[in-house]
Amino acid sequence: MNPVSDLSAAGFALFWGLTIFAAGIFLIRGYQLLKLLSLGRENKKPGNLIKQTFLAIGHMIIQECQFKNIRKKDRAGIGHLFMVWGFLLFVTYYFFFIVIASGFGISETMEHNAIYTIYCWVMDIAAPFVFIGAVWGIIRRYFFLPKRLEGQRTWEALLILITVLLHPITHVGKIATQIAAGSPPAGLGISTPPLSTALSNLYTNVGSVAGWHAFWFWSHWGFVLLVLAIIGYTRYLHVPAAIINDILRPQKKGELSLIDLKDRRTFGTARVDNFTQKQLLDTYACVVCGYCQDACPATNTGKPLNPRLIIRDVKANLMTNGPLIHHKKEPVIPLIGSGKEGSIGEDALWACTTCWACMEVCPVYIEHVPKIIDMRRHLVQMQSKFPEELLNFFENMEQRSNPWGIAPADRAKWATDITVKPFETGKTEYLFYVGCFGAFDARARQVTLAIARVLDAAGVSWGILGRDEKCCGDSLRRLGNEFVFDRMAQENIKLFRDKGITKIITECPHCFTTLKNDYAQYGAKLDVIHHTELFDRLIKEGKLKLKPTDLGTLVFHDSCYLGRHNGIYQPPRDVITAATGIAPIEMERNHKRGFCCGAGGGRMWLEEKTGKRINIERVEEALKQNPKTICVSCPYCMTMFEDGLKDKGADKQVRVLEVAEIVARALK
Amino acid sequence: MLVVACIKQVPDTTQVKIDPVTGTLIREGVPFIMNPFDTHALEESLRLKDKYGFRVAVISMGPPNTVVTLKKAIALGADEAVLLSDRVFGGADTLATSRVLAEAIRRLSQKEEVALVICGKQTIDGDTAQVGPGIATRLRYAQLTLVDQIQKVDVQAKRIIVRRKLEGRHEIVEAPLPALLTVLREINKPRYPTVPMRLMSETAEVMVWDNKVMHLDESSIGLKGSPTQVRRIFSPEKTKGEIVGDGVNKPEEAAHLLVARLVQKDIIQA
Repeated sequence: MNPVSDLSAAGFALFWGLTIFAAGIFLIRGYQLLKLLSLGRENKKPGNLIKQTFLAIGHMIIQECQFKNIRKKDRAGIGHLFMVWGFLLFVTYYFFFIVIASGFGISETMEHNAIYTIYCWVMDIAAPFVFIGAVWGIIRRYFFLPKRLEGQRTWEALLILITVLLHPITHVGKIATQIAAGSPPAGLGISTPPLSTALSNLYTNVGSVAGWHAFWFWSHWGFVLLVLAIIGYTRYLHVPAAIINDILRPQKKGELSLIDLKDRRTFGTARVDNFTQKQLLDTYACVVCGYCQDACPATNTGKPLNPRLIIRDVKANLMTNGPLIHHKKEPVIPLIGSGKEGSIGEDALWACTTCWACMEVCPVYIEHVPKIIDMRRHLVQMQSKFPEELLNFFENMEQRSNPWGIAPADRAKWATDITVKPFETGKTEYLFYVGCFGAFDARARQVTLAIARVLDAAGVSWGILGRDEKCCGDSLRRLGNEFVFDRMAQENIKLFRDKGITKIITECPHCFTTLKNDYAQYGAKLDVIHHTELFDRLIKEGKLKLKPTDLGTLVFHDSCYLGRHNGIYQPPRDVITAATGIAPIEMERNHKRGFCCGAGGGRMWLEEKTGKRINIERVEEALKQNPKTICVSCPYCMTMFEDGLKDKGADKQVRVLEVAEIVARALK
Repeated sequence: MLVVACIKQVPDTTQVKIDPVTGTLIREGVPFIMNPFDTHALEESLRLKDKYGFRVAVISMGPPNTVVTLKKAIALGADEAVLLSDRVFGGADTLATSRVLAEAIRRLSQKEEVALVICGKQTIDGDTAQVGPGIATRLRYAQLTLVDQIQKVDVQAKRIIVRRKLEGRHEIVEAPLPALLTVLREINKPRYPTVPMRLMSETAEVMVWDNKVMHLDESSIGLKGSPTQVRRIFSPEKTKGEIVGDGVNKPEEAAHLLVARLVQKDIIQA
């Protein structure tokens, strides 16, 4: 007797009826969701789709999403590994041995062979892992809730975990009853899988086995179809959406769009359909894991910004307003609004430091920061609505091309006491782009002098633009003032081109990113190097000879714009090691997980009135290592650390030095 | 009803240096800005527009490149802009300047009733604070200087109530319309132009009136109509102040001394 092949005519009708019904719900919902996505603006061309598809599937199979987040403190990802790997095996089983075998009444052919038995063995081993994964998930969520999942004990989450839990149980039940009935994988003369075999001993009453088999078969398939039907309505959606999101991910991470002055409808994102389709797809991919909020410096210090909620709220807004926009009606909930008026509060948008911590940890390649900046763009460019501190900043930038409104003629004042050559076309190799901090800020000027000394010591051919140098426009761009940034960028690129400048050394990681990545969007071909990178190269080439000088316990703080934005982690560390003889001490959060100083994204120019100050949080973390020196590679970080140390009353015991200053001390 | 904001394009004085030999301003390469006080005059005009529905006209006397600054005013929300530009207007002192501006306002008022004229308290390049009062005198408008708050504009009764900020006291003054106000920087915080407005202003038209339009007697305007002339400009010699406290070794003592001096000079109150 083969109870599976015994699907009666009514059984076939029910099987296909239910299957088509569930698939129908899945497809209709999928169509609705795609329709909503299509409201967004056109995307820029994605990369090589074939390559990206293989890469995305590879990422899914090796569970890159989980491995980047499993840590001592938070091992929830292991449960996910078990579920996903098991799930992949299950899906194969469903297709071959349920849809094809049972659905087309060819169980005899499909199951009477060694392959089936082998597959049953594999599934027999996988099932307990899926079971453990689901139980792991339930325990994580309902007994040892990590902070990132607070408020996430929802019915939806429970439904998902329970459906996952029931798959292996019903599957093993199905196989066990098949074995008890003497059907394959039994009766082929090959040993049957152990777990199912053991459980088959429960079904000793020959008369009731067929009934039990039907129970397990139908409940198993029922849960599979339930999952299929609810994918589009629950976070199961992340399964297809995350894979597509990975495939379509922008070629350059976090790239902001350029302003299009010909399209005058709107500048920035005011309505959910102003986002690009890819940006909307991000919201489908979100699985509400909360890793982003765990990493966010704003969320961590009690600011009204939570990157997870930004994504959630954009999605909620799309779900409410999307159908209206589709029918050419006015949206009912504004995307941006203070208090409860809109989906996303203005104060949340202004709290972002653009440090990319959220984007670094996101398992499904969501890009939070460009969305925030797009919404800032709307506020600044369409409504002129921004924290009032920024008015002076914007005007100073436009009028005098620096944040403080200092006379541009003073740009070369830092070099009053030394001889500095201007950049000469064809003669000078590198432009040393000093930047506003390096030129005007009293503390950063010392760093500028140190860089000058080191460059001379290594025999580098370099020159400056002096009073002709202009601000790169980093903060303007991150604050959403794209119109003014666009003009400044074009002016600078023209200046570089006119002077024949192609190789640039920057003092500041923000200038570095802007010149290197942002200006590249305009087609500028600049070879930009941060001074720490150049020093590293010069040391390794033997051009820069140092006498290691011990500075006591030294912790290194990663600049977000050097680290996460550009992947430069090792060069500054190697330079420090060469200059002090010892590798720098790491803080608890370092490298890719480094915690922002609080000044990026234009936050340097804004008051920090809510919650704990971000720089205090970071200084406290640094002080845990009992350092004598905190070493930074960015003038913003320098300011934030020095201020933070003063606030903590630790500025007498601990000093802040820039990498270049440490190198200058070690010059022979 | 029209509110007229008078603005002047001035060199960014933080970037201006005086040529020690010739005793003239080195203006080469120095960017021009809207006189900072005038940005507040314009802002106040725009606020009256938002509140009472007035139309806002900006006028300026200056060389042709003043168009740039007038377009900025349009980007901020001014409805029309008039540039008074002619060689014969050049070299004017405050008297001659106020004659040209007053005539322009008079011409505007022929088309549309003028409710208010708002000027900045003074310019940062001339620092006379005379042009506003000069215009009011020529037009026989009520003259309200040093205004730091407009409390009420009664369009029906044609009355205005403003607060004037004087040394150590405030004065609430009521006057009939039309009136001329000169405003202080405290009166408001200027707005920031939106991108659509900036783009619109780029193609907006600025009317240019020369003396063929204005028909002013050439002996009353420009250099000829100016009884005063600047003879020389120079930087005063910088004298180093005396060092009275030791801020390095005795910071507390120095701080007390500083506070005492500031109180003594009536800069802060004890």
